[in-house]
Amino acid sequence: MVKFTDDKLAKAKEIIARYPMGKHKSALLPLLHLAQENFGGWLSVEAMDYVAEILNIEAIEVYEVATFYSMYNLKPVGKFIFEVCQTGPCMLNGSDNIIDYIKQKLNIGVGETTADGLFTLKTVECLGACGYAPIMQFGKNYREHLTKERVDQLIEECRNNAATNN
Amino acid sequence: MGIKLLLDKAHVEGIRFYDAYRREGGYRSVEKALKMSPNDIVEEVKKSGLRGRGGAGFPTGMKWSFLAKPEGVPRYLVCNADESEPGTFKDRYLMEFLPHLLIEGLIVSSFALGSNRTYIYIRGEYAWIVDILEHAIAEAKANGFLGTNILGSGFDCEIYVHRGAGAYICGEETALLESLEGKRGNPRIKPPFPAIKGLWDSPTVVNNVETLMAIVPIMNMGAEEYAKIGVGKSTGTKLISACGNINKAGVYEIDMTISVEEFIYSDEYCGGIPNGKKLKACIPGGSSVPILPANLLLKTAKGETRYMNYESLADGGFATGSMMGSGGFIVLDEDQCVVRHTYTLARFYRHESCGQCSPCREGTGWMEKILLSLEKGKGKMSDIDLLWDIQRKIEGNTICPLGDAAAWPVAAAIRHFRDEFEWHVLNPEESQTRNFGLAHYADPIHVPTV
Ligand SMILES: Cc1cc2nc3c(=O)[nH]c(=O)nc-3n(C[C@H](O)[C@H](O)[C@H](O)COP(=O)(O)O)c2cc1C
Ligand code: SF4
Ligand code: FES
Repeated sequence: MVKFTDDKLAKAKEIIARYPMGKHKSALLPLLHLAQENFGGWLSVEAMDYVAEILNIEAIEVYEVATFYSMYNLKPVGKFIFEVCQTGPCMLNGSDNIIDYIKQKLNIGVGETTADGLFTLKTVECLGACGYAPIMQFGKNYREHLTKERVDQLIEECRNNAATNN
Repeated sequence: MGIKLLLDKAHVEGIRFYDAYRREGGYRSVEKALKMSPNDIVEEVKKSGLRGRGGAGFPTGMKWSFLAKPEGVPRYLVCNADESEPGTFKDRYLMEFLPHLLIEGLIVSSFALGSNRTYIYIRGEYAWIVDILEHAIAEAKANGFLGTNILGSGFDCEIYVHRGAGAYICGEETALLESLEGKRGNPRIKPPFPAIKGLWDSPTVVNNVETLMAIVPIMNMGAEEYAKIGVGKSTGTKLISACGNINKAGVYEIDMTISVEEFIYSDEYCGGIPNGKKLKACIPGGSSVPILPANLLLKTAKGETRYMNYESLADGGFATGSMMGSGGFIVLDEDQCVVRHTYTLARFYRHESCGQCSPCREGTGWMEKILLSLEKGKGKMSDIDLLWDIQRKIEGNTICPLGDAAAWPVAAAIRHFRDEFEWHVLNPEESQTRNFGLAHYADPIHVPTV
């Protein structure tokens, strides 16, 4: 059973209160973010049904929103997600090479997760950081001016992090 | 050094926090505005000549005066911080470094428009900026600039940050409102316009981050002084985010009197093209506006110097000009392939189409496929004409302007770089290793720095 802890439930209530009475459906996007963060980085049907229950809306209203926005993962993902930008300005600065390098280094294709469940590679469209290209979204932050060396370093960091937290 | 109205304090230590911001004169415009009548503020904004910085350049004061004011119905101000137009990253910079400037602008604007609940709709990827903004809001509230009865004026206002979840289309104002209501980001059919029927069916104004920040200097210096900066109908300053093949990518505040050439080559701004390469082309206002080859970028078709302002960038219309758009300035050097670049943009628009209208949904996918095959050296000459036809059938035939935004880059690429598309067809193998086009390259220029 997915369920928010008490403090997350309090957070959910605080979010709902940002919208006028009766307009609580507006809290859907923020609550889906909260659910994704707390239930393993993706939205299972169970998680979406739970959000529907909290907001007292139909489950279908949640599904149609969750499938529209690219930041919601509808399948399980790795512990670390590399979301590399591939749009024009990043391409001008070599994002294609970075994507190829990650594929080769992790031995996975775009949209795939490594067998050890650590890494998922995604390509995304412009992240609004074109001046610092090539870039990727990594968790809550961006990693900018990517080079092969920086990718190596980041992978190393992630592996160490996973090893110490296990 | 050009004049700076928004970024003048950006490098002050601690300016992200209330104490330093206030010490530097922050929140004065709120104190001034709350003593004025809302209508007088709207008049000031009209007089300032400020034009929307989100892309369309619509006069802000006029937009504000269209807001319906039926009795007993709440009104809303929504700040558009969805910033997703490729090449554009100025709002991120503004919010990350000057969060209080946005909050200050929002309080004054909310008072002028009568919005007691104001929302900042921010793109989901800017997750860390949400924390920065929420911190600034809490500080402003703790110091009496938000909440109930602000500074004893009787005006109540709360600001909330609402985070999107990855969809360019939610930058379009009616899609943004749908998204804010917890729905898919499908643009609405207009009319009714948001000024009449917007968020939760109430009258609503949607403005860009930079637009709402500009309200602060307008209030502080007075509309007349503000309008003296710049030239013609391009008043005040504009933020430009420069990227692509330039030495100093980043965010610049310009006063709209400098030439494009100075912007690209002078050390104060982009510092020229890396490795002494030649300038090939540029998209001056975000991915949706027409690409221009170097010769038409630096000089208009009439041979006049082109300047970094709304009128000059648009000089020549779409045949030989472009647009200021959102200020996303993308530079391509001589080694870049226009076909490939256009393909990535077509892919972007296909990915971001909400799918409501068939010309946009089908057309963007079709253009992407054709561009990919041309780029890979697998295209036919007739594909170029087909592409042209498809983009024409999309333009003007859709619910929202995303259709146009997808069509224009393709149209302009063919218009100015048809030879490069043809070269890909005629030299399928060589086109994979070497870029070519008749492209009217500009030689590296050295502009004397003043
Ligand atoms: C597809 C599309 C995407 C847009 N994206 C943005 C955006 O990210 N940020 C923005 O401020 N305006 C964007 N706009 C323009 C908005 O619809 C709206 O005109 C703008 O927010 C108005 O603010 P302004 O008058 O201050 O410029 C977009 C428009 C379209 C058609
Ligand atoms: S033009 Fe495209 S994005 Fe806009 S409403 Fe139609 S399908 Fe959706
Ligand atoms: S194109 Fe990659 S961040 Fe904009």
